[in-house]
Amino acid sequence: MTAVDDRATAASSADGGPRMEVGNARRRKEDAHLLTGRTTWTDNMTLPGMLHLAILRSPMAHAKITRIDASEAKSRPGVIAVFTGQDFAETQGDIPCAWPVTADMVNPGHPSLAVTQVNHVGEAVAVIVARDKAAAQDALEAVDIDYEQLPAVLDMEAALAEGADLVHPNTTSNKSYTWVFESGAAGTGQPIDDVLNAAEVTLKRRFIQQRLIPAFMEPRSTVVQPVGEGFTMWSSTQVPHILRTMLALTVGVPEHKVRVIAPDVGGGFGGKLQVTPEEVICALVARKLGKSVKYTESRSESVMSAHHGRDQIQDITITARRDGTVTGLDVHLLANMGAYLRLVSPGIPVLGAFMFNSIYKFDAYRFTCDGVFTTKTPTDAYRGAGRPEATFAIERIMDELAAELDMDPMELRRKNWIRHEEFPFTTVSGMTYDSGNYEAATDKALSLLGWDELIAEQARRRASKDPVQLGLGISTFTEMCGLAPSRVLGALSYVAGGWENAAIRVLATGKVEVITGVSGHGQGHETAWSQIVADQLGVPFEDIEVIHGDTQSAPKGMDTYGSRSLVVGGIAVVKAAEKVVEKARAIAAHMLEANPDDLDFAGGNFSVKGSPGNSKSIQDVAFATFTAHDLPDGIEPSIDSDATFDPANFSFPHGTHLCAIEVDTETGRATIRKYVCVDDIGEVINPLIVEGQVHGGLAQGIAQALYEEAVYDAEGNLTTGSFVDYLVPSAADLPSFITDRTVSASTTNPLGVKGVGEAGTIASTPAVVNAVVNALRPYGVNDIQMPCTPERIWRALSEGAEKSSPAAAGTVAHGGASTSSSDGSDAAEGGRL
Amino acid sequence: MIPASFDYVRPSSIAEAVQAVGSAGEDAKVLAGGQSLLPVLRLRMSYPDTLIDLGGIAELRGVREDADAIVIGSMTTHDEVTRHPLIKQYAPLLAQATETVGDRQVRHLGTFGGSLSHADPAGDLPTVALTLDAQLHVEGPNGSRVIAAKDFFLDYLTTALEPGEILTAIRIPKLGEGWSSHYEKFNRVAQAWSIVSVAAVVRRDNGAIAESKIGLTNMGSTPLRASAVEGALVGAVVSPEAIGEASSHAAEGTNAPSDLSGRADYRNHLAKVLTKRAVLAAAHR
Amino acid sequence: MTQVSVTVDGVVYTDEVEARTLLVHYLRERLGKVGTVVGCDTSNCGSCTVLLGGMSVKSCSVLAVQANGSEVTTIEGLAAADGTLHPVQQAFYDSHALQCGFCTPGMVMASCDLLAENPNPSEQEVREGIEGNLCRCTGYQNIVKAIQAAGRAMSGTATSSTATSNTEAVRA
Repeated sequence: MTAVDDRATAASSADGGPRMEVGNARRRKEDAHLLTGRTTWTDNMTLPGMLHLAILRSPMAHAKITRIDASEAKSRPGVIAVFTGQDFAETQGDIPCAWPVTADMVNPGHPSLAVTQVNHVGEAVAVIVARDKAAAQDALEAVDIDYEQLPAVLDMEAALAEGADLVHPNTTSNKSYTWVFESGAAGTGQPIDDVLNAAEVTLKRRFIQQRLIPAFMEPRSTVVQPVGEGFTMWSSTQVPHILRTMLALTVGVPEHKVRVIAPDVGGGFGGKLQVTPEEVICALVARKLGKSVKYTESRSESVMSAHHGRDQIQDITITARRDGTVTGLDVHLLANMGAYLRLVSPGIPVLGAFMFNSIYKFDAYRFTCDGVFTTKTPTDAYRGAGRPEATFAIERIMDELAAELDMDPMELRRKNWIRHEEFPFTTVSGMTYDSGNYEAATDKALSLLGWDELIAEQARRRASKDPVQLGLGISTFTEMCGLAPSRVLGALSYVAGGWENAAIRVLATGKVEVITGVSGHGQGHETAWSQIVADQLGVPFEDIEVIHGDTQSAPKGMDTYGSRSLVVGGIAVVKAAEKVVEKARAIAAHMLEANPDDLDFAGGNFSVKGSPGNSKSIQDVAFATFTAHDLPDGIEPSIDSDATFDPANFSFPHGTHLCAIEVDTETGRATIRKYVCVDDIGEVINPLIVEGQVHGGLAQGIAQALYEEAVYDAEGNLTTGSFVDYLVPSAADLPSFITDRTVSASTTNPLGVKGVGEAGTIASTPAVVNAVVNALRPYGVNDIQMPCTPERIWRALSEGAEKSSPAAAGTVAHGGASTSSSDGSDAAEGGRL
Repeated sequence: MIPASFDYVRPSSIAEAVQAVGSAGEDAKVLAGGQSLLPVLRLRMSYPDTLIDLGGIAELRGVREDADAIVIGSMTTHDEVTRHPLIKQYAPLLAQATETVGDRQVRHLGTFGGSLSHADPAGDLPTVALTLDAQLHVEGPNGSRVIAAKDFFLDYLTTALEPGEILTAIRIPKLGEGWSSHYEKFNRVAQAWSIVSVAAVVRRDNGAIAESKIGLTNMGSTPLRASAVEGALVGAVVSPEAIGEASSHAAEGTNAPSDLSGRADYRNHLAKVLTKRAVLAAAHR
Repeated sequence: MTQVSVTVDGVVYTDEVEARTLLVHYLRERLGKVGTVVGCDTSNCGSCTVLLGGMSVKSCSVLAVQANGSEVTTIEGLAAADGTLHPVQQAFYDSHALQCGFCTPGMVMASCDLLAENPNPSEQEVREGIEGNLCRCTGYQNIVKAIQAAGRAMSGTATSSTATSNTEAVRA
């Protein structure tokens, strides 16, 4: 028995009552207006008297601003005003960083408009305000700026070396912080040094997490309308509530005078989890001029100024016994912060700190991360945020350890993972995984892939020296999501909580409004929340309206990121619905002349126990509450309720992803032949939406493995400055995926759900790279730096062929040094545009 | 971004166009399909004061047969090229390569003549024109002249067009009896430009290559012919070994660029591999 | 300024525009056709795709003046007057072929163009046919499925289950 729940049972209720909606593949409520172009993207908005902004951006990676002359720009046709950093030096404050991960973390400050110095290409230097967008852009060239160039600081190791050029003149080193976790000190395992010293087998590897660009399809856009003492901001953001609070603190407007609206938002993936310089600039200019303003970035502005993701150097040491039992894991990261600390920049690698040990049982674990300043675009959240990096490192080094021990990589995993009967399980990093079944997901995935047949084919291709080799890659992953228990966030020095809020209003006619603090931008919350509430209240799916993304109508929330919407926000909805039912129960009891305790509530009806014909629907109760003609004494005339839910634990989705890849050894091209994933995300509210989330996540994770990389040249220019060179894959570049699920219900929330938004991205990258390396291992190749471009694969093959005969495959000696990359493509000249 | 301001002229005949180009001065640009030019203007990498749109000149569009050649109007779109029966019959290499240009939307507007005049060495069509020994008809203030493709591409984004001249038509000799062709494109994602691509046109005789024309995309600042390969292929048996041997000369005389998509040594290697594949594919058609 | 006269979604518009005005900006800012969106500045993403003279084009890479005298169809003109969705829109809805929806207008218009030429495309033909349209949310799988379903619906070969088979489709 593999303990795999039949998916059909996922829709059944824990309490045995009818559950009509949860588990159904409902088509989405969100779609109609998106499909017909009746959209409300921020850039669609026009306000009376609205002015348009264009932002002049630094062409230099690192320079002092010695002179700015905007007089000619001010005289250009249609130009209303030009502002530089000097104009706002006293009022603009700093872009907030909400995650001082250590007490001594260095934050040099982050002006929205550079005042005296620029620290990355694309940094905002001046803003033109004009009657129309074209006039604003025309005047950009008329701003005269003198720069005194400083040396670009690009390489993290060089940046940390003695005597390195400093990014920021007000610091003494380019290190922002060092964050450490050690299992001996934490009491979650043995002291790491003891375990490392006693190791029978030690393997060290260096992996490079390349820099990525989130590449949400909708460029960021902001409209600000001055209103009284404050303002209303429409912005393409994932986080209207966080933005409201942070804007109030940054520009010095009382929080209750700030309203933030996230209308239709075209994707985020963490890239719109930010308080951006552009948003602050819009607020400052609108308030200064007393006029509504709009700024919409171009894609080429977006790729150099919106925050990037990943960018880590990972030095990993794993120790094991000769029988394959892993013992210790020692992780040292250099995490590239870029030029500044943004909202949660320093915390992103720390989110991975508890995940390197993954599903495996280590005796000891250490995680050390240095945050490093460079003259590149700041980094911050990008889909997975810290956890893809961790998953990649552990899944890659498990394959390397298997090769080192001459073991089957899946056998090595099975030997070390937490068995399903061991849950709940507290790991060496102190996390308690509530549920999971790695065996079940793996068995299902192996069968779906046809593992044994492909292994046989691989052997044939190897034997015949086929120019097209076949590689099989594994990723047995878990992640922590559902950010987050507030206490844990507090312990990690994050400045806010991780709760979520929901409110439910039952209208006179029995229709229902659900107000949620999460702010969807593609995830399908309106549909999923309607399904949840339909079951909870027994009202039709169609009778429910979900309201979100406006701090006036949905005033309380922590927004959408970290796969938290369902597991935190959705549970808040459940809690609010439970309160509605309890309030309604008292009124129904009065209407039915019964004791509240004697009422059953099912399918939207209150009925007297043992007398099912004697019932009142929740709509009846709502109308009676609305008229309030005959309510029991002391009962308020409302069954509306709200709830704020703080999760007790993270959720821990897991799964097994398998990739079969064909590598053309003549050209170096890797082509995915088959991709299978079996994810366990607990119970499922809407399988259609879940499937879509998995597909999209896979595409982004595969893109990291094969296609995408933000590349800077030696002067610090972003060479991949548009979609011509930053290669977001198209439909023609990706395969169809075979997806399936197992269900190990979460035991820490009433719906049994786990997050799904990031799973595909977290899991897929190492599956693909492991497959590429697996194809090439007979050629003496044991790593390819991401993205695994044809050129890098070809170089690895060429070098592998030089340094080892096939007999010497397994090129890294026991405990030997790392082989980081066979990179060759950093020669970064301009592309086609 | 929005392009900088420019004046716009839309002539309705070749004569008007030549007149317009001549009087507009050197800061004018000719707009063909606009699929390379408009992004350049949007990024403000170019500031023409006048844009001369050839889109209104009917005589620049279309494909016709002319004795032993087909003549393609410079403003014929990629989409038209890919479906035209004369091109499919007499210049299948052009039809095949054009199908790989851009995407459907780009092919609906982009033009054959525009691609050649843009002269991007990573573009596929300059290589095809060179490989097929196309003759380029141009009109200018001093009348008309014909430039052989081998003399047309001078450098990166630079052609033999003199100031005031426009490309009006491309004459391509019909592929003769016994000839076959293949375009082997290699890029990183579907939309991306070629890292290296190879055009092969071969004539088989008795199981061996009698004659061939081999063109290389993105192996220098212009499209190139792999003349060493063409020489080595004469008499080569159509086998992977023999074709591979001849193809090992593919990088000779080239000057491949080093950029994000690949350094020169990788491109040199790719040229050999792709030449072998292109020739074998052409020979097996 | 240059005069342009364009029929957009069945309505004739005549305006004076600057020559540099891109078709997409004319649609969005002069005509209020904000359903068509701009996602990049290099003609890569395809979000701005409309039909110009019945053929898909990227309206960010066409000048408004180039469209003079032409007919333009945008996402806003696709559904029937009574609101009935176009078969491609319906198939996108049924197949969950959109998430954030930003690429959707361009993706739908590109799909219409593809299906007009090839009503019954294979998976590979669909994937290559929409290579000029980027989507960051869906991984394309459901888009491909939707386009094939729409092709079947439009050519009358659809089974009656097309619109209601989500569960089966997802579990397949």
